Amino acid sequence: MTRASIRAEKKNGVFMDWLYSFRGYRKHLTLVLMFLPVVVYFVIFKYLPMGGIVIAFKNYKISQGIFGSAWCGLDNFTKAFATSTFSRSVRNTLTISGLKLLFGFPMPIILALMLNEVSHPRFKKTVQTISYLPHFLSWVVLAGMFQQLLSPNNGAVNALLRDVFGVEKSLYFLGDNRYFRGTLIVTDIWKNVGWSSILYLATITGIDPELYEAATVDGATRWQCTRYITIPSLVSTIVVMLILNVGSIMDAGFDQIFNLYNSAVYQTGDIIDTYVYRYGLGDMKYSLATAVGLFKNVIAFVLVLGTNLIARRISGEGIW
Amino acid sequence: MRKRMTVGKTVIYFLLILLSATIVVAFWHLLSLSLSPSYIATKGGLLLYPRDATLDNYARVIGNRYIWQGYKNTLIRTVTGTVLQLFFTAMGAYVLSKRFFPHRTFWTLFIVFTMFFSGGLIPTYLVVKNLGLLNTYASMILPGFISAYNLVIMRNFFQSLPEEIEESCLIDGAGRLRIFLQIILPLSRPILATVALWLVVGHWNSWFDVLIYISDDTKFTLQIVLRRIIITGSKEILDTSAAAGAAEMESVVSSEGLKAACIFVTTLPILCTYPFVQKFFVKGIMIGSLKG
Repeated sequence: MTRASIRAEKKNGVFMDWLYSFRGYRKHLTLVLMFLPVVVYFVIFKYLPMGGIVIAFKNYKISQGIFGSAWCGLDNFTKAFATSTFSRSVRNTLTISGLKLLFGFPMPIILALMLNEVSHPRFKKTVQTISYLPHFLSWVVLAGMFQQLLSPNNGAVNALLRDVFGVEKSLYFLGDNRYFRGTLIVTDIWKNVGWSSILYLATITGIDPELYEAATVDGATRWQCTRYITIPSLVSTIVVMLILNVGSIMDAGFDQIFNLYNSAVYQTGDIIDTYVYRYGLGDMKYSLATAVGLFKNVIAFVLVLGTNLIARRISGEGIW
Repeated sequence: MRKRMTVGKTVIYFLLILLSATIVVAFWHLLSLSLSPSYIATKGGLLLYPRDATLDNYARVIGNRYIWQGYKNTLIRTVTGTVLQLFFTAMGAYVLSKRFFPHRTFWTLFIVFTMFFSGGLIPTYLVVKNLGLLNTYASMILPGFISAYNLVIMRNFFQSLPEEIEESCLIDGAGRLRIFLQIILPLSRPILATVALWLVVGHWNSWFDVLIYISDDTKFTLQIVLRRIIITGSKEILDTSAAAGAAEMESVVSSEGLKAACIFVTTLPILCTYPFVQKFFVKGIMIGSLKG
């Protein structure tokens, strides 16, 4: 037998196996029925909308329906790409995500390292419990809180700035383009720093204590232990998390921005997701908004898939 | 040497206290605000204790029918959603955990793919709309009914259970469904509890689906009522119930304090249960990250 024929045989075998497995459905009828709801759900609520993407290439009119509406090629894309609102939303998305990555990403690592130095377990536990709390509140609740705390008229933060730091003029954190992004980043860190530190803390807990003992016997200081044992042990976790974060760079935080922004700060705060919401569901420009959404989803898809593959390589095992 | 160590430690303790303080003080300030009359709130500044404490704000919030309705609707969606979603996710995950299930790799991909790509906001909205689900409780539960992520995590857990347990039952003539209900589910309490908690918090905090799918205000959930009050700043919601003498009340009750009270009424269940269930969430995040 030649190699080619063996390969053909093998291929044929795989195909036959695949075909043969259809018999399995009848054999495991109970399991099939148990699985059915899952399939139905994914078809209707996940795959049907993917089919609905066609309206990005149509001039969708509610009266004519998805099938009846006329095709228009890439008109929706060219129309959207030509507007400055769109390019602004792309710019804002990337800037806000980038800044969140730059300032927000190191914070949980620093917090985990600091918590690791605490020698009073009760104190450590308390700090952890308190810092995880904001993670469990919705951005609606937090937006309500921040609106009050950051108000330029009678907000506590402006009062503190005035009384303690001598800042005379009230800062309009949520209504001034100069401060809006900064506010987004700080509030985002405030909400998530505790929760995100869990993973790093767990990695630190998993470090072999003998390493520290040996180092201490050799006269290493706490800082040297941190520098030469803890941080190197964290590197692979950090790299994987960083890659995954880069993968989600198209998500600048819809929930947060949607609840905090207003028309005064569209200039610095309007991201792709808020743009899609306003044009799609606000102005009922369904086709245009779907086109912009598709643009975002395709880029995000490539990024997430790519970064996941890299992360999988590095960590040696799958994230999923 | 020793001295430098303590200086470093002092700085660390100080920073940790500072972080915790920003969180505690923010809530404490809001709580004080909610217990204060309007002239205190308009004066501004950090409020570390309620001055001239009054329960007027709370009386007005609690006496409001939208808040009660919101509570009712949130409870409905949270309980129904969590129970149904947990059950069907677990059932699907159990099937996928069986290595002999036909085309298992394909079905896993079929599910996992949706984590990476979606139709997007508008097509999903149109599907929900065309199914006639607008203004129904179903629109708060069905669109996110099964999370691919939760399903994969549960599948991994089921895979780790020894197959032998099931084999003996199969010999005794039990069907797969019975095995799932009577053997697998009870054995899986830790993972079920973790996922259930995620679902509960998700439903409690969910607001966007209500914003886009629900326009009938009798079906508004707490988060959306809160959003209307604090973000859209619509006073009508609070005024309709207190129509009589609304203007007069406005002068006594501060709108800032009122908003703060709304926030507390909405968040109270989370604030009260959080310290006790926190450790389950922490465990959960580890389950999710350890080779999902």
